[in-house]
Formats: sequence, C-alpha cells, structure tokens
Amino acid sequence: MTAERVSTVAKPGRSPFTLWLRTHALQIGITIVAIGIWAIFAIGSPQTFFRGNIYQAFMSTTPFFGIMALWLTLVVITGEIDLSFPSIMTISMWVFATVMMATGNLAVALVLMLLMGLSAGMLNGIIITKVGVPSLVVTIGTSFFWRGMVKVLTGGTGTSLLPMRDTIFYELFVGRLFGFIPMQMVWMALFAILCWVLLNRHRLGAHIYLTGDNADSARLMGVDVDRTKIIVFGLAGFSAAFAGLVASLEVTYYWPTLGEGYLLNTLSSVFLGGTSVFGGTGTIYGTFVASFIIGAINAGIVAIGMSGFWTELIYGLIIVLSVVTQTIVGRRIK
Amino acid sequence: MTEPTVRLVNISKSFGEVKSLENVNFEVYPGEVVGLLGDNGAGKSTLIKIITGYHQPDPGGEIYFHGKKVENLTVPKARALGVETVYQEKALADDQSVWRNIFMGREIANRLGFLDIKQMRAVTQRLMTEHMGFTSKAVNPDTPVRTMSGGERQGIAITRALYFEAELIILDEPTMALSLSETRKVLDFIANIPKAGKAGIFIDHNIFHVYPVVDRIVVLDRGRVAGEFRKADVSLEELIDRLYQVARTGRLEAARGGKA
Repeated sequence: MTAERVSTVAKPGRSPFTLWLRTHALQIGITIVAIGIWAIFAIGSPQTFFRGNIYQAFMSTTPFFGIMALWLTLVVITGEIDLSFPSIMTISMWVFATVMMATGNLAVALVLMLLMGLSAGMLNGIIITKVGVPSLVVTIGTSFFWRGMVKVLTGGTGTSLLPMRDTIFYELFVGRLFGFIPMQMVWMALFAILCWVLLNRHRLGAHIYLTGDNADSARLMGVDVDRTKIIVFGLAGFSAAFAGLVASLEVTYYWPTLGEGYLLNTLSSVFLGGTSVFGGTGTIYGTFVASFIIGAINAGIVAIGMSGFWTELIYGLIIVLSVVTQTIVGRRIK
Repeated sequence: MTEPTVRLVNISKSFGEVKSLENVNFEVYPGEVVGLLGDNGAGKSTLIKIITGYHQPDPGGEIYFHGKKVENLTVPKARALGVETVYQEKALADDQSVWRNIFMGREIANRLGFLDIKQMRAVTQRLMTEHMGFTSKAVNPDTPVRTMSGGERQGIAITRALYFEAELIILDEPTMALSLSETRKVLDFIANIPKAGKAGIFIDHNIFHVYPVVDRIVVLDRGRVAGEFRKADVSLEELIDRLYQVARTGRLEAARGGKA
C-alpha cells in the first residue's frame, strides 16, 4: 500500500470541491461561529438585534481595534508579533496633538503623526531583523519606551481636539456616511480591501507568506526576508497611528492613556480569525469577521440581559474553543 | 576553448574565527556535471552558497560567469545569470500552493508589483502535467505542497530550477528523504543535464549516487580543495580508497586529475 503511492498518484477523495473546502476551512469556520453568535444574541434579545442602532454602535467602536488587527495579521503571518502598537498609537497621537496646538495646521499634524507611527514600526522591524532580537522581546521593550515617553512628555495631561470638530478631517475620519455609517467603518472596509489585495495579489503578500512559512528557503530563493519584515512592521506602526487618530477623534480628546485596553482585543481578533501564531497562514477575511465577533460580544451580552461582568469570561470561552477547534480541524484536513 | 560557466578564483570565506573556505579555485564547464564530495563541515554548502550569491566571499576572491567577472553577487543576480539550485526537501514553503512554490522569489508581476496569478497558475499547470507527471485533476496548482509525498515535493523543487532556463543547476543533497524509485528519477535527471548543454554541480554524501552521473569529482576537505579527478581516470573502488585517505590525512596523494 505504501510502495505504490509514493510518486504521482493523487490521494483518493480530493475532488476540486473538497479541495476548496479544505483550503477555506478556517474562513468557513469563523463565518459559522459569527452566525452562531449572532443567532444566540438575536434570539436572546430580538428587540435589540433586529434594529439598526446596535449595528451602528458596532461599526463605530470595532474599527478602533479592527483596523489595527487587519495590519497586525500581516505581521503575524510573517511569523512575528507586535505588542507595541497601543504605545505607538499614543506617541503618534501625541505628535498630532502637539503639532496641531503649535502650528494649527492639521494636514502637517496628520502627516507627521503617520510618519511617527511608520518610523516607530520600522524601528521595531530593524531591531528584530538586523540585530536579531525576537519580536516578542523587542516590542515589549518599545511598548514601555513609547508609553513612558508619552508620560514624560505630557505629565499625564491630555489635549482637547475640539479645534478639529468643524473641519473636513473630522467628517472624513469619524463623520457619518449617509447619516448612518460611521466613517471609521468605511476606513476599516477600505483597509480590509487594501490588506487583502496586498496579501493575495501583490508580490509583498507572496513574500509575507513565504517568510512566515519557511524563512530559510525564502532567503535562499532570493526573497528579501528582512526587508519584508521591516515593511510589515512599518505598516503596523502606520495603522496604529491611524487607529489612534480615529479613536481620539471619536471622543475629540487625546488621552495619553490612548491604546490601553486594545492589546488583547486586537490580538484575539487576529488569532480568532484563524491566523497561525507560527506564521505562514492567515486571512484578512478571518480577522475582519473575528474583530466583529469580539466587538459584538460586549454589547450582545448586555443586550440579552446578562451582567457586563460576564464579558471577559465569554471572550475567553469563545477564543479558547475556537482556536482549539481550528487546530483540531486543521490537523485533520492536512 | 569554451569559457567555464562559472569560475571561482582564490575564494575564502570566514565566519567570525572559523575559516570555512580557504583559497578555493573551482570551475564548471558547459556540458559537464561536477560532483562535490567532502565530509560534513568540509565547506561544500558554503561553496555553493557563494555561487548562488547567498554568501559573499572574503575580499580577494573572484567570481566569473562565462568569463566575465561579477562583483557583489546576490541571489537575484545569480538567478538572473542562470544559476538554479535544488535544495533538500525542506526547501519548499509547506503551507503554500504549488504555484507559489514554483515562483518563489521570482513571482511574475507588473511594474507595481501586482501578481499575474493567471499566468503563474497556467505555467504551473503545464509544468505539472508535462514534467512532474501529475495527471489527476484533484492535484492542481492551488494544492498546498504539505499534502504531497516526498517525491512529488522534490519534483516541484527540481521543476522550479528547470523552468527558469538554468545555465548551471546546483543540486544540494537532492536525494535526501527520497524512496529508491524517486532517487532513480532524480539521478536520471542529473545525468541528462550535460545533454542539454548545461552545467551541473551535484552534492551528496552517497558516493554511489554521485559517481555514475558526474564527469568530474572535486573533493573538499576542511575548506580546501583536496583533490580533483576526471571520472575516466579513476574507478569507483579507487575513489573510495582515496576518500578514506582524505578523511584520515586531509590529503590526496593521487595525481591531480587533468583540468578539462
């Protein structure tokens, strides 16, 4: 039985359809989980879940960490991790608030803020690739560093963003499209498309997957692994700055504590979405759906009449159950 | 006389304190396969990684392709010059599809970097039916390579090297982890390299694999070229004796085989 099968004979039962099921198992799985959770909430509280308001609330708050989770997915697919993005959010937003107060020029403030995020991210990438320190360690360090710097610079005091209230920027980033859809949701959708295209239709994405899957081989075949990692860390820093701006504009205030509380939401969106912590596999679709699962649980729990104290317990349950199932299913279909 | 496909002159390579190669001269001509033999740590891998542009030699060494000196060789540069390498089985990205592995590091893309997936799929499909012998419709260019057997995977690694019009094909222990019949196929493939007018370098621990398919044998020992023979001048038994001698003494008393 073994001798005959060594070379080119296909294993039985691999029709194109089952192949599609196998390669998309995780996306199908996360979709089923999302529908299941929605069904539970809808049955538990139809008056809430069959009206538009709750969805407007989801679309308003989920992008604060969802935008970050999309770009973080690219980092995790390269086999690395970034824990410093909440601190990059606040240092970049500090740059924005400071430049805005000093010059009154919002466009300049915006550009410098995004540059700050991009460079902080690339700095992570450079230390990881050129010095060779593991990303877990580097980004714990830079996380303390940037947050510490903000504390020193601000002394803990925030900045009001009220001058932005009547500008085009406010409408552009956190206004309401057609009076209903929060603009941050539009941005998250745009970033999702951009990330998907980069990952699946661009050379950078091909190199991201190869880097995470087999970095040695990728190097031998001419993929610039270091450059790929520096770029994805740079993009993660850039999107942290962007997400920080959106989150601050929504409340028209820059708090130096900005970003605290986003770390676990963001990471769990990536992992719940089926991206492997070992790198090489992961999808934007999975992360997108998973961020809304994470974003919906809090409101859903309260809506169906449970105490808000249950939220984290249920998060934990869903995340552990999902990743366990993913791993078991993943092993069986391989 | 034809110029060698690749010629290394006075190549040394140190990693910190360790001298991995010392003043190595080495060349491969079109239409010949050179077997590179030597113990672990003899410098075989370092030597081929210099030819593939992965390592840069220490200052003073020179690399020529078809008689032209090449400075600052990198992997993409070497591939553009026609150097293709078949590494051991672990050289594939397991979770990626066949087409992503075939085009690894050399994706077909437009000027902005957007991939031409349609073309890469089509080429992969053709290679799979014409060269790799996949006939089943269930295995297609989108199949992840993890689901394939060792032989199928090595087929991908070899096809990957062949498709891109290689001038010099380097095989680094390509028969590792292969079954008997799969090994046979790989050896047949190597024996065919000279017929196509191309050059090959074949590295393997197993002298019984190397001897039948090569034209010339270069023995490395502790970073130096310990000896060089044309196959015509040495029988398999003699070769084995001499290799033992190299292993013991680091020297090869035999006549230095004539240069091609």
